[in-house]
Amino acid sequence: MGPLVPDIISNEFNLIIAFVVGIFFGMALEQAGFSSTRKLVGLFYGYDFTVLKVFFTAGVTAMTGVLLLSHFGMLDMRLIYINPTYLRSALVGGVIMGGGFVIGGFCPGTSVCAAAVGKLDAWSFIGGSIIGIFIFTEAFPLFQDFYMADYMGSVTMFDMLGMSRELFAIILALVAVMAFYFTGLLEDKINGIRTRYPAQKMMKYAIMAVIPFLMVSFISVTPNQKEYYFNRVEKAFADPNYDYDIYEIDHLADELASKSHKMNIIDLRSPEKFEQSKLPTAVNIPLDSMLKKEYQGFLRQTYKFNVFYADDLETAKKGYLMANMIGNSQNFVLINTVDQFIQWFYEPEIPGPDAPKEVRDKFLFRLRIGEELKELEERLKNLQAPVKKEIKRVQGGCA
Amino acid sequence: MENKPRPYMNPYLAGFFLGMVLLGTIYITGRGLGASGGVKDAMLAGVKNVAPSHWENTAYYQSYDASHEGESPLKSWLFFEVAGVFLGALISGIISNRVSLKLEKGPRITNRSRLIFAAAGGALFGFGSQLGRGCTSGSALSGMAVFSFGGIITMLAIFGGAYMLAYFFRKLWLS
Repeated sequence: MGPLVPDIISNEFNLIIAFVVGIFFGMALEQAGFSSTRKLVGLFYGYDFTVLKVFFTAGVTAMTGVLLLSHFGMLDMRLIYINPTYLRSALVGGVIMGGGFVIGGFCPGTSVCAAAVGKLDAWSFIGGSIIGIFIFTEAFPLFQDFYMADYMGSVTMFDMLGMSRELFAIILALVAVMAFYFTGLLEDKINGIRTRYPAQKMMKYAIMAVIPFLMVSFISVTPNQKEYYFNRVEKAFADPNYDYDIYEIDHLADELASKSHKMNIIDLRSPEKFEQSKLPTAVNIPLDSMLKKEYQGFLRQTYKFNVFYADDLETAKKGYLMANMIGNSQNFVLINTVDQFIQWFYEPEIPGPDAPKEVRDKFLFRLRIGEELKELEERLKNLQAPVKKEIKRVQGGCA
Repeated sequence: MENKPRPYMNPYLAGFFLGMVLLGTIYITGRGLGASGGVKDAMLAGVKNVAPSHWENTAYYQSYDASHEGESPLKSWLFFEVAGVFLGALISGIISNRVSLKLEKGPRITNRSRLIFAAAGGALFGFGSQLGRGCTSGSALSGMAVFSFGGIITMLAIFGGAYMLAYFFRKLWLS
């Protein structure tokens, strides 16, 4: 599941990725014509709207892609860097940049491209931007309060507007298509020409414009990865003939006392309930969170088998079914509950003198295993490996 | 082979290509593209090497060191990326026969004033990019791809600001 850094690609190798990504970025900008200052500035005087076309097409493409990847569970939206919002500095900084754009004729990325193809004014722009950044860092104490003002966190546009991501993407794509059309008209008027669009070209453009709408609509109507898995779990659960691999508590407790290292005991209940009571060595993975990235490594260990339990058999069975679907680990359902375990092993009822032999044997067995398990828990207390891998949002941004 | 520069790519195609590069970057690294940050890293490396004692005594640089574990500012993601941008643009320029030493400007100003205004615009952009936590690439474009409210606000402010001021600087560009 993306992002691939830092789990699949190391942070060191990430620098090489940065260089390669930069090469493609530079090629895209240069091919688009962004190494020409007159083309860039055309946006502000209406004679050339290339910047708008490239910029909006890129934005809608990437945004649709992010939605698609996240829909299929290939990209974890909780981890990617979402530029945080500091409202005041975002607005004022933006307007200052706008001034820099129309006076200097470049923005930082395009100036590097233009410098690469030999534009002397771009070198001058880069020199100026170094000075501008230097002034900021040197005089930072003066701006610090302003810089940190109106912090709103990593808020997203769809949250601010109170709509779904998909609806926002559709609206943005609509705005883009309309902007392309009307700026095209304006561009022709200002340049005093009439661009003709042959039917074939119109057709191509129309198809291209429809694609993002189709993709986003597809996302809205189809179940996402989580819904898809849970639907399959429900379906399997509804099958009365489904063959579950089960564990019964006496058997489990016996094995746990002697070879706890071979099994993962997984508590599917809520963290609150888990805090109150649990089986020895159990870890808490609520059923609803089983697909989360941080638990995948734990659930898919090949040298251990998983035993799932909850307060009710239904949840335990669903956890078992989910584990079977996401990995090829060996899984089992515990058919008993935590309460039964505690009652039978930690507070076993002493049988009367007339109790049959099996009952007395069972009592002694449970008493012994209970003691062993308490001891085991005591020993494990200090070396509980952190199960939940710490996951952190990527630190990105560009300042 | 003729020595004429080739025409630029269809803007929608170029935009799609750029969008895919950005999407790939987000998928692989979890972060977007940027530009001003790379320029800043180069500047920081300069300060650190030229005036080490000043670096030691300035809170801003010290907090930079603290958050980057004292690594050289050049060993940063954005610096490597911007170095790639330079090379990528150069490759693209060579392929399309667009590499040549030249200076582009409006018809009414001299080369000298173009260079001065370019530097002044650069200074404003550099300063603004620090205040706005990213430029057109890092804040506006990458922010838009991940639905960032701040990124989209910055984008509107950049283009809105440029349109507001365009009238006053028309002599720089128009005939």
